[in-house]
Amino acid sequence: MMSTPLLEIEDLCAGVSGKEIIKDFNLTINEGEIHAIMGPNGAGKSTLSYILCGKPGYEITSGTIKFRGKDLTAMSTEERAREGIFLIMQYPVEIPGVPVTSFLKHAVNAIRKHRGEPELDTMEFIKMVREEGRKLGIDAEMLKRPVNVGFSGGEKKRLETLQMAILKPQLAILDEADSGLDIDAMKVVSAGVNALRSENRSMLIITHFQRLLNYVVPDFVHIFADGHIVKSGDKSLAAELEEKGYAEFVKEK
Amino acid sequence: MTTTQKPEILDESGDKYKYGFVTDIESETAPKGLSADIIRLISTKKGEPDWLLEKRLKAFEFWQTMKEPTWAKLTYDKIDYQDLYYYSAPKTKVAPKSLNEVDKELLATYDKLGIPLKEQEALAGVVAVDAVFDSVSVATTYRAKLAEKGIIFCSISEAVKKHPELVKKYLGSVVPYTDNFFACLNSAVFTDGSFVYIPKGVRCPMELSTYFRINAKNTGQFERTLIVAEEGSYVSYLEGCTAPQRDENQLHAAIVEIVVLDNAEVKYSTVQNWYPGDKDGKGGVYNFVTKRAACRGVNSKVSWTQVETGSAVTWKYPSCVLQGDNSVGEFYSVALTNNYQQADTGTKMIHIGKNTTSKIISKGISAGFSNQTYRGLVKVASSAENARNYSQCDSLLIGSTCGSHTVPYVENRSRTAILEHEATTSKISDEQLFYCKSRGISEEDAVSLIVNGFCKEVMQQLPMEFAIEAAKLINISLEGSVG
Repeated sequence: MMSTPLLEIEDLCAGVSGKEIIKDFNLTINEGEIHAIMGPNGAGKSTLSYILCGKPGYEITSGTIKFRGKDLTAMSTEERAREGIFLIMQYPVEIPGVPVTSFLKHAVNAIRKHRGEPELDTMEFIKMVREEGRKLGIDAEMLKRPVNVGFSGGEKKRLETLQMAILKPQLAILDEADSGLDIDAMKVVSAGVNALRSENRSMLIITHFQRLLNYVVPDFVHIFADGHIVKSGDKSLAAELEEKGYAEFVKEK
Repeated sequence: MTTTQKPEILDESGDKYKYGFVTDIESETAPKGLSADIIRLISTKKGEPDWLLEKRLKAFEFWQTMKEPTWAKLTYDKIDYQDLYYYSAPKTKVAPKSLNEVDKELLATYDKLGIPLKEQEALAGVVAVDAVFDSVSVATTYRAKLAEKGIIFCSISEAVKKHPELVKKYLGSVVPYTDNFFACLNSAVFTDGSFVYIPKGVRCPMELSTYFRINAKNTGQFERTLIVAEEGSYVSYLEGCTAPQRDENQLHAAIVEIVVLDNAEVKYSTVQNWYPGDKDGKGGVYNFVTKRAACRGVNSKVSWTQVETGSAVTWKYPSCVLQGDNSVGEFYSVALTNNYQQADTGTKMIHIGKNTTSKIISKGISAGFSNQTYRGLVKVASSAENARNYSQCDSLLIGSTCGSHTVPYVENRSRTAILEHEATTSKISDEQLFYCKSRGISEEDAVSLIVNGFCKEVMQQLPMEFAIEAAKLINISLEGSVG
């Protein structure tokens, strides 16, 4: 079967507040593929996820990014989300007074509208959210609480996973999705992520440790250092990295 | 007496004020300016008894010795009190007896405002509306139904005629004409407003509602509202306000007095969206209002809830005087200012009786170049044993050109009182906006979501249909505040 490219990044140079962090970065992700990017702390892995989502302040100096063949860089953050990019954030922010359900309803309907689908009515929506929530151990009480306010690390990541399950993106970016999680919470989150694996959904897992990759097994592993990919391989590369440490690979360059 | 007020063409360029239409209707207007003669004319026009005219003239005399207050954090052009009309009434030959006789243009105006009176009368049973158009009360619905329970809900002018003993007893008993400059002016020139009387032990079966609207040009609107809740009674009262778009500033100086007796409760909700001026700060209503409730009995309770998005200048401090033991005062407020609006608003809680409690929840949202001040007083007399107050003042800033100030005054003479005050100031952060947008939500929706979340505690206090309107109003008022 011919693989269809979903995300194509070519010769990307980008950074934040005048500092170049991503240098000559190249990566193609086809539909249905799961890629992991591993790199040491401070290498700029999160910068890559922000660039892909169009976070204000993050600038592209050269290179191209195409998503489903379209120029991603020309789109606003919300357009990218509506086109099917979703980011599980490392540090999701609190939104006081806004219940999880009304936040999710706004998001779902914005995306449905973009896809030309009718908006969900409240009853349908609540039913769907409760069902998806149950799979992630999110009860009705938690859905009423304001978004991320007073949430534990585990609750935050479960809410991020719930959003992904509901918004059904084409490309999910997981930025240090396992940070702050104990082993039980990580199992719940990875089960949620695995449940979303499908032929036409791709994932980009950005992580520091191999840990998460034991649960969400990638098709490809890339080592990220000095602003670009220094080595690519299959899942065995992650194990190798865990054994040898980053220094070994950064040196190879 | 002259007849003025021809239809005029509005400049519709660029402004988003939904209620900025002028009704093409003939009105009867007294000559400009303020004098004892004008006051006599108003009184005669309304067929008032001598005692009321005397009250007016006394107030006017006192007013002439008073100075306009300057302590509020407000800057506005000096008001020329001689350049205003103090009386403007829609011109109809005979006073309407039912809605069928009310001027069609007027009814159409109310339709635009979203209060289809006709429909309401037909539907029966949800809200009773007393609509004040400029200064004269136009139609009061549901009267018959309310009368069965002995509830009086009518214009203040009518109450003066039909229930003089009640009006005489309570009018000015909560806000005396000597209270402040604007209250004194109102006491001299008030033209109309609403009167509510709930008899002993009666729970008003519907929300009572008044819609105020300033229509005529250069007209001051001076309504006077008086609510009396007898022992063990309950009423929920709604007040909504709009005014057409005008280049010049319109003056609004109202008084609301509420008397609450033993075990009675009054809930007073306001959604105020007087014309706020255009995006450059031209025009708009000057809103100087005195609202006060006296909890005179044991266990009496008053709750003020307000959502304020309008007016160019707001000066308003709905207050509770907690005289009766165990009485309760509450103040829930959302004030939103955008463009060049200014608001100096808050509340006063005066604890006199034992075990009196008060709660203040104030949410201020400032955007554009607007300036907002929360000014509140919690005063506890030595007699107020075990008084309690909880105050929470939160400010939300949108953008970097607006201002927000909090001025809480506390005067405590009771050793056993417990007073708490919390205040926060926050901004809608870029991180919050990014988070919402990364989920497909547009910037405008994100801001309104965050703002509505910020105000939630207050909005929950509003009756359902009012809460929906208030949320819409906040979204309209926020337009153009971001991006």
